[in-house]
Amino acid sequence: MDENSNIDMNLFPKDVTDAKILDMYKTMSMARALDAKALSLQRQGRAVTYAPTLGQEGTQIGAAFAMGENDWFVPNFRQHAVFVARGYPLDKIMLYWRGFEESLAIPPEKKTLAVIVPVATQLPHAVGVAYAQKYKNTGSNVVTYVGDGGTSEGQFYESMNFAGVYKLPLVMVIENNQWAISMPRGKQSAATTLAQKAIAAGIPGIQVDGNDVIGVYKVIKDALAAASDGPTVVECITYRLSMHTTADDPTKYRNDQEVAFWKQRDPLMRIKNYLVKKSLWNDNMENELADANLKKIDEAVEKSESFKPDPQSMFKNVYSYMPDVLEEELDEASKANFWQ
Amino acid sequence: MMTNMVGALNNALDLLLKESEDVVLLGEDIGKDGGVFRVTDGLQAKYGEHRVMDTPLAEAGILGTAIGMALAGLRPIPEIQFAGFMFLGFDQLVNHASRYRSRTRSALPVPMVVRTPVSGGVRTLEHHSESPEAYYSHIGGLIVVEPSNPYDAKGLLIKASHMKDPVVFLEPTKLYRLFKQEVPDGMYEVEIGKANMVNKGDSLTIVTWGTMVPVVRNVVTKKNVDADVIDLRTINPLDEKTILESVEKTGKVMIVHEASLGFGPGAEISARIAEKAMYELSAPILRVASPSFPYPFPGYENFYVPNEKKVEQAIEKLLSM
Repeated sequence: MDENSNIDMNLFPKDVTDAKILDMYKTMSMARALDAKALSLQRQGRAVTYAPTLGQEGTQIGAAFAMGENDWFVPNFRQHAVFVARGYPLDKIMLYWRGFEESLAIPPEKKTLAVIVPVATQLPHAVGVAYAQKYKNTGSNVVTYVGDGGTSEGQFYESMNFAGVYKLPLVMVIENNQWAISMPRGKQSAATTLAQKAIAAGIPGIQVDGNDVIGVYKVIKDALAAASDGPTVVECITYRLSMHTTADDPTKYRNDQEVAFWKQRDPLMRIKNYLVKKSLWNDNMENELADANLKKIDEAVEKSESFKPDPQSMFKNVYSYMPDVLEEELDEASKANFWQ
Repeated sequence: MMTNMVGALNNALDLLLKESEDVVLLGEDIGKDGGVFRVTDGLQAKYGEHRVMDTPLAEAGILGTAIGMALAGLRPIPEIQFAGFMFLGFDQLVNHASRYRSRTRSALPVPMVVRTPVSGGVRTLEHHSESPEAYYSHIGGLIVVEPSNPYDAKGLLIKASHMKDPVVFLEPTKLYRLFKQEVPDGMYEVEIGKANMVNKGDSLTIVTWGTMVPVVRNVVTKKNVDADVIDLRTINPLDEKTILESVEKTGKVMIVHEASLGFGPGAEISARIAEKAMYELSAPILRVASPSFPYPFPGYENFYVPNEKKVEQAIEKLLSM
């Protein structure tokens, strides 16, 4: 589906019904609303430094919808929309951006690893998880994310290489949002595409319009269907409409025309126009959805803000047991009373 | 069985692989070749390429993959061919292995044992002789273990693999084949976090580990020194209790390690003794270590690593104070 909501029926995936498109749209809307809320909370001093997802919902929701319930998800730090789509509690998502580890106490059966900040360093974890699936013959696959900047990291190449050698059930999504903080895609690599980096590892590399949620869905779905034969790299071309994080000012390094150009290619707009054209969506429904989303988000924020940190938990989760030397540090800290 | 450290470690890995399908070994040249020191010899033939995996040459890839395996329920035992090459995967240990448990409030622990040969004395090329225990101990969240004999090597490795923590398991290359010892055939564990008193005496305390244990013991035996000799076995978390009890008895203490002196593990141990047993001491705390610069070429290593003479002089100095 292009930016004018025209669909190429030759490429259109057969399993995508209007009901599914509607569901995708609603999930994207929720992710965007949550993103806006997090940004606003940060500006009010109620959240820590925040990395917005604005504009990248197509890349994230398309993949999330393509994944099976038993597939593993290995994120970096900007996939809140995938967390939303996979049903991770909104208050837990918010708790991360309030700065508490308890947000990442993810039950293993959720098949979701923790948010990872150092760029591309989660990719080998995805390789290891994928190896474990193949080794235990679980039939599950793994989807992991890396940005355009992350493809310059050594661990990106190491991970593609490992996945290729062991033919692992892994899909590596390159979320190419054109900017690695202030570094434009053109300066990040002399390679014409980032997908072509897969060639060096001997694995398929595919490029897709990352703002076309249905296109992303189709490509990831196909890659997952082929995952028992080995990994695929999928480069999603999208755009970071907002700042890198709330500590960043993008006006220092990019111009308004470029942002305006990409706003015309907004991943939500094209889906919404499609639904409106088919009389499946209208302003009333849009308002109702916005209200419902906001209500859920407000509840989640309230819950995350009522969280009471327990400083002892920092000490008690370092090892599987409490070493004497650490116990002593804990006792000393508890007695000193400077946690008040 | 009578065996050296290589044999004891090989036997431990064999038993662990037999015990659980969740145990997977991965590393460079560990399969067909059996590892450059032959610690994994014969294990691939016995358990298959999918359980004793030869990996591409990439240390961050090996350690990161092992972390992913552990997070997905396996109990990987990666091998890094030499400690000097482990710095290419340092990121994975510092940023992830050490923190994954605490940052998920124990929901996602990382049960893995990273094995790597350490320290010098076997005339290898550059970057094959480092003693990096301080780096890994400083992070917190990683358990750092270093055996000095075949019995401890087997028991500590088995214990490490049975734990739900990331363990950095340092194997002194010089001690791999230096001597044999009677080692039980079956499974047994040596407690982690507990030092071993390898000689008892009242005049001074010597805290040491790894390659320096036989050096210290030789001096103590030859010169009939009346010393408590503590083989730490676990560098982090430290068995402070054993050290302090001995120091309170002897009033004199020296720390002997092969790692270089400046900001080394001896500084940490010394500080803890000073903080907690200062008034029990009748002399300053001494440290015997390699000089404060990177490990030299093999032609110079005998001038660099502490030898019996250096230890003996330090003992004489301490006893005369």
